[in-house]
Amino acid sequence: MLIIKDLHARVAGTEDREILKGIDLTVNAGEVHAVMGPNGSGKSTLAQVLAGNPAYEVTGGSAVLDGQDLLEMDPEVRAQTGVFMAFQYPVEIPGVSNAYFLRTAYNEIRKSKGLEEVDPLEFLDIMEEQLALVDMDPAMLERSVNAGFSGGEKKRNEILQMAVLRPRLSILDETDSGLDIDALRIVAEGVNKLKRPDSATIVVTHYQRLLNYIVPDFVHVLSAGRIVKSGGKELALELEAKGYEWVEQKEEALA
Amino acid sequence: MTRTYVDDFAAFTANGGGVAEGPEWLPSLRHSAIERFSELGFPTRKNEDWHFTSVAPIAEREFQLAPPAPRRVEAADLVPFSFGHPEWPRLVFVDGRFDAELSSTKNLPRGLFVTNLKRAWREAGVLLEQHLTKVAAFENDAFTALNTAFMNDGAVVHVAPDAEIEAPVHVMFVSTGLTDSLVTYPRNLVVAERNSKATVLESYVSLADAAYLTNTVSELVLRTGATLEHIKLQRESEKAFHVGNVQVTQERDSHMLSFSFATGAALSRTNVHTSLAGEGCGATLDGLYMVDGEQHVDHQTLVEHIEPNTFSRELYKGILDGASHGVFNGRVYVHAKAQKTDGKQQNNNLLLSERAQIDTKPQLEIFADDVRCTHGATVGRLDDVALFYMKSRGISAERARELLTYAFAADVLEKIDVRAIRDELEEQTLNRFTK
Repeated sequence: MLIIKDLHARVAGTEDREILKGIDLTVNAGEVHAVMGPNGSGKSTLAQVLAGNPAYEVTGGSAVLDGQDLLEMDPEVRAQTGVFMAFQYPVEIPGVSNAYFLRTAYNEIRKSKGLEEVDPLEFLDIMEEQLALVDMDPAMLERSVNAGFSGGEKKRNEILQMAVLRPRLSILDETDSGLDIDALRIVAEGVNKLKRPDSATIVVTHYQRLLNYIVPDFVHVLSAGRIVKSGGKELALELEAKGYEWVEQKEEALA
Repeated sequence: MTRTYVDDFAAFTANGGGVAEGPEWLPSLRHSAIERFSELGFPTRKNEDWHFTSVAPIAEREFQLAPPAPRRVEAADLVPFSFGHPEWPRLVFVDGRFDAELSSTKNLPRGLFVTNLKRAWREAGVLLEQHLTKVAAFENDAFTALNTAFMNDGAVVHVAPDAEIEAPVHVMFVSTGLTDSLVTYPRNLVVAERNSKATVLESYVSLADAAYLTNTVSELVLRTGATLEHIKLQRESEKAFHVGNVQVTQERDSHMLSFSFATGAALSRTNVHTSLAGEGCGATLDGLYMVDGEQHVDHQTLVEHIEPNTFSRELYKGILDGASHGVFNGRVYVHAKAQKTDGKQQNNNLLLSERAQIDTKPQLEIFADDVRCTHGATVGRLDDVALFYMKSRGISAERARELLTYAFAADVLEKIDVRAIRDELEEQTLNRFTK
């Protein structure tokens, strides 16, 4: 479904050295992949580059979703094609209600597929179904997008968006950061319930903790912009026990 | 050009021009006002308060007192500017003249008295004598002096002690806009007595595009414990000129909520001045200006903290497109006696084009030592991170820009208390930025 080959990227508009230095990753439908790594390893950059954040510039390689070149698409087209990234720091948009924002996104995606837009009442039904999934109060729908939300509320709101937009490829960018255990459980349960045979999930995380709840099929370890180790879910536990120095040292030994 | 107004004044008083109404003291007041105007002349950019706004386009044009409207304005003409509930009391002025047929002042709630100035001389002489021209001084303001000399009609609203009036009073000044170079001088007085509560909505609209001038003065009096929400909608013709003074005086424990919404006129200037002249009173001054093309919009606010333990909250936002020019000059003046003043002032601007410009000048002048005052101003463009966030949810770049622009404005519109008014202004704003 998603095939990433030799992907290179750096901060846009700079001559800085690359943050991603050749990523290869294949994700098939129905799979959950965890991308782990220490700070500065490039794991968040990978998520941002896949979502099309203009703050990063791709300097080489390819990323193809269902045969379509992702890197050629604007961020909105990627979203319309089925890419969704849950932000590590969801953006506050005072003045736009959550309901209005989400309905606009939902309808823009429908429009791109040649489908009829849904009216506010129909959409309310669609949303209400999903609210329970993330244990969210319907009153939150009337509040401005993320404005004044707690850390946990913001992350739950990201999962609510994911539930409503039903992406084909979900990327969770350090969704566990700053979450207490209850919020973490709610978020993880939401993600698990949204798993479908025709969709895939990439979980980007620093800690193994989240993977107790969202069990990955594959774990990849990033270090200095490259995947240095891949394995099954037990790799995450091994990392937890030995620390990132373990893979970082191994990489040095290889080099 | 000052001469023209003085000559007009002679004609205005000679032919009776509405001056027949009113008490004995009025003609001499008018005379002092026109004399003061001829001494002051129109302000120039050397005057600090007019540094960023040239009144040359007004001063160099000869405006004539608007004659009675050349054709009848029908209720249907006002549909685009009417909103809220049909039961809301409404006073309509066409080219400065009260139109009883378009107005509706029947079945007023208990405690609310609404009339027009011309009638008020007879019906509420004592009220006028007590307050009219007492709040808005003309000694240092040429436009207020002119308004005082020529004032002819406007709204008079009185809210009795303890009366809480739900329905806003809608005062609508309609310009027919059929001829260029006409001038009107609306003069309004609102008195909210002890512990009363009311909302007054003042709209300025035009039925056609013309280069007329509106020179308006509103005097608002808040007695002890009163709460008054005053919303001014300046939606003049984009060729017109608008100079508006909102002058407020507040007694102990009163709360003034002022909102200035400005989208019209080629050149507009709105002053909102309030005097916090009693302990425990406060003012919330908010505003939103949105202009495009060659429009020039200027807001000057002044909050005078005179007595101790008073507060002020101020948020003005501006969205400037095309080659428009915005000016915001906000002064918070804390007198030596006004200890424990709590003041916050903010002016945020969004520039949508390279050619748009804004001059913003928030000022604090503090002469007391135990106060908490902050102020700030920002000028910026749409936030790239927020744009990316919206696009990453499938929202097109254009729609994301529209929504963020709307959101910038909605953030301050949310502060309007009366839901029907807030909804209307939100819709107008949404329509402005969405295609």
